Amino acid sequence: MAEEKKPVRKKIKATGEMQRIMADYFYEMDDAAKTGKKKIAWCTSVGPAELLRAMGLLVHFPENHGAMLGATRMSTDYIPVANAAGYSPDICSYLTADVGAYMKGVTPLSKAYKGIESVPKPDVLVYNTNQCRDVQDWFMWYAKEFNVPCIGIHTHRGVGDVKESHITSVAKQMEALVEPLEEISGTKFDMDALRHTVSLSRECSDLWKEVLDTASAVPSPLTFFDGTIHMGPAVVLRGTQQPVDYYKLLLAELQERIKNKDGAVEDERFRLYWDGMPVWGRLSNHSKLFSELRTNVLASTYCNSWIFTAFDADDPFNSMAKAYTELFIVRSDEAKEKYIKNMMDFFKVDGIIYHDAKTCPNNSNCRYGMPQRLEKVTGLPSLTINGDLNDMRLVSDEQTKTNVEAFIEQLEEKK
Amino acid sequence: MTSQPIFAGIDVGASRTKVAILDAEKNLIGHAVEKSGTDFSATAKACLKISLEMAKAEEKDIIRAISTGYGRKNVSFITQETKTEISCHGKGCYSYFPKAITIIDIGGQDNKIIKLDEEGNRSGFKMNRKCAAGTGAFLEEMAPRLDIPLEEMNALAGQSEDMVRLGSFCTVFSATEVLENIRNGKKVPDIVKGLFFSVIQRVLEMDSLSENVVMTGGVVAHNPLLVKMTEEIIERNILVPEYPQLTGAIGAAIYAM
Repeated sequence: MAEEKKPVRKKIKATGEMQRIMADYFYEMDDAAKTGKKKIAWCTSVGPAELLRAMGLLVHFPENHGAMLGATRMSTDYIPVANAAGYSPDICSYLTADVGAYMKGVTPLSKAYKGIESVPKPDVLVYNTNQCRDVQDWFMWYAKEFNVPCIGIHTHRGVGDVKESHITSVAKQMEALVEPLEEISGTKFDMDALRHTVSLSRECSDLWKEVLDTASAVPSPLTFFDGTIHMGPAVVLRGTQQPVDYYKLLLAELQERIKNKDGAVEDERFRLYWDGMPVWGRLSNHSKLFSELRTNVLASTYCNSWIFTAFDADDPFNSMAKAYTELFIVRSDEAKEKYIKNMMDFFKVDGIIYHDAKTCPNNSNCRYGMPQRLEKVTGLPSLTINGDLNDMRLVSDEQTKTNVEAFIEQLEEKK
Repeated sequence: MTSQPIFAGIDVGASRTKVAILDAEKNLIGHAVEKSGTDFSATAKACLKISLEMAKAEEKDIIRAISTGYGRKNVSFITQETKTEISCHGKGCYSYFPKAITIIDIGGQDNKIIKLDEEGNRSGFKMNRKCAAGTGAFLEEMAPRLDIPLEEMNALAGQSEDMVRLGSFCTVFSATEVLENIRNGKKVPDIVKGLFFSVIQRVLEMDSLSENVVMTGGVVAHNPLLVKMTEEIIERNILVPEYPQLTGAIGAAIYAM
């Protein structure tokens, strides 16, 4: 597929501000870890961060750290270290990369932020199995390593309609975390403080949704690859003011692009949806690959997984339980299919790409016939790419490239 | 030398490079197949030279050339226009069989299943996953294990009376199974037929098939027994173009027209 002109993905101006607030976040935590000024909780990416912040804890997210290991292409160097320690190459490569890097005393934070030498030592580890069971095993490893408590929430899986019984069960588990967290943090639980963090998280979530929804414009002002970077504040800072301010800034820039019909990919010809994990070590390659084909992968299940419209400051525990159970990853295939179909309609896409991530069965949604079923319902073609989120030993660039080019040729024929 | 407008398709595969020269009426007037080796550009040049000689034509007669295959970006000496092998195999096969078809292409490094509708438009495709099981590379790996030349596999498999069944997805594990069968005194023809059966199984696992099935690729070109065995499994006749190894190159040449 020869393209004389090579279109590129346009840079987002607000990125500098995002980098600044992310730097502040990591430096504050590093300072707390060094001085003991504040207690630190490690939390799974969709764990009860609002509760932890309400208890005055700073929050580190190992999955975010795992993604950083992937994006900096460090992960494949350290996954084998964890493999050799008994953690299989077939399990979550966030886990193996993160544990392997820790065992070697290495962190991408040191490269990005001068003066940070290690991940911040936790005072407590708090998980929610809504992502997968691996997060619990992952956190248990660190609990033993640091000799700190590991507590968590066990979420129901394969949930069709979210029912009152699901919500009650998860809310009770969340409430049960209060007592041990009071002991660890030395802070008495304050419902108003929780209402405040839940309210900020909701505001962050609403703005993040508005940001992602801009991609429904034609041409789209945003790509999936932008989304994976700019979701950082929604993941690690929700429950604080910073992401709220940041997403207002980002949203204004994207709305300006829409007004000017300024697409993120020059001369956008095709619009695609991405399901599954990003291939962190190939973000830039994939972005370039699609841009050069004048194709915008503009929306994804992944980036939309940090939208929690159920958060309600008037009913913090129940609404958190609802928000964290409504998640795509927790749901039944039927619910997932309905969700993806709605997304494909809303974002006006020409097709869908499924990433079958070898070490992430929970977030590889193409393994039980979904592509075939959705093709029938939507009439839109799909492509499955085999790869992984962090283990680049499982990625074949040539295969991916040929598959993607062939898929775009198929779309060209159809037009 | 006649001077007529010609169109070239160059398929630089992982294992073999194929060139097809078509005249304005889509007749195949020149072709060549050579081992790709390590210098894709030199091999493509050599193939083009042979093909042009066969077509009694010269390079200047080429109106347009399109390259495809794994090394499609390595032939800028003749063209910078590329198409993926998926599209080219589809185009090439449809020129032989203009109807709704499912193409099974077994190449040196990858397998493809390509589905075309009645108009020749592609409705979907699948390539093998990272593993080489079921590809030509699998047979290339196994031949030396059995101490037989690759090109004798088809005849040997034809002598089989009691095919050995191999169970593994993995080429390395399959090699272990082969060694185990040798140790247990199984006959080489029975093992080779088992290898063929394994290739077919890996391919049929990739996707469903429509009514009309076409088989192409170098593995098919050199091992017609593979087609016969597949026909027995899917219980219907399979269409094979005149030059099954050349369909990608022919498709590229048609795109060039």
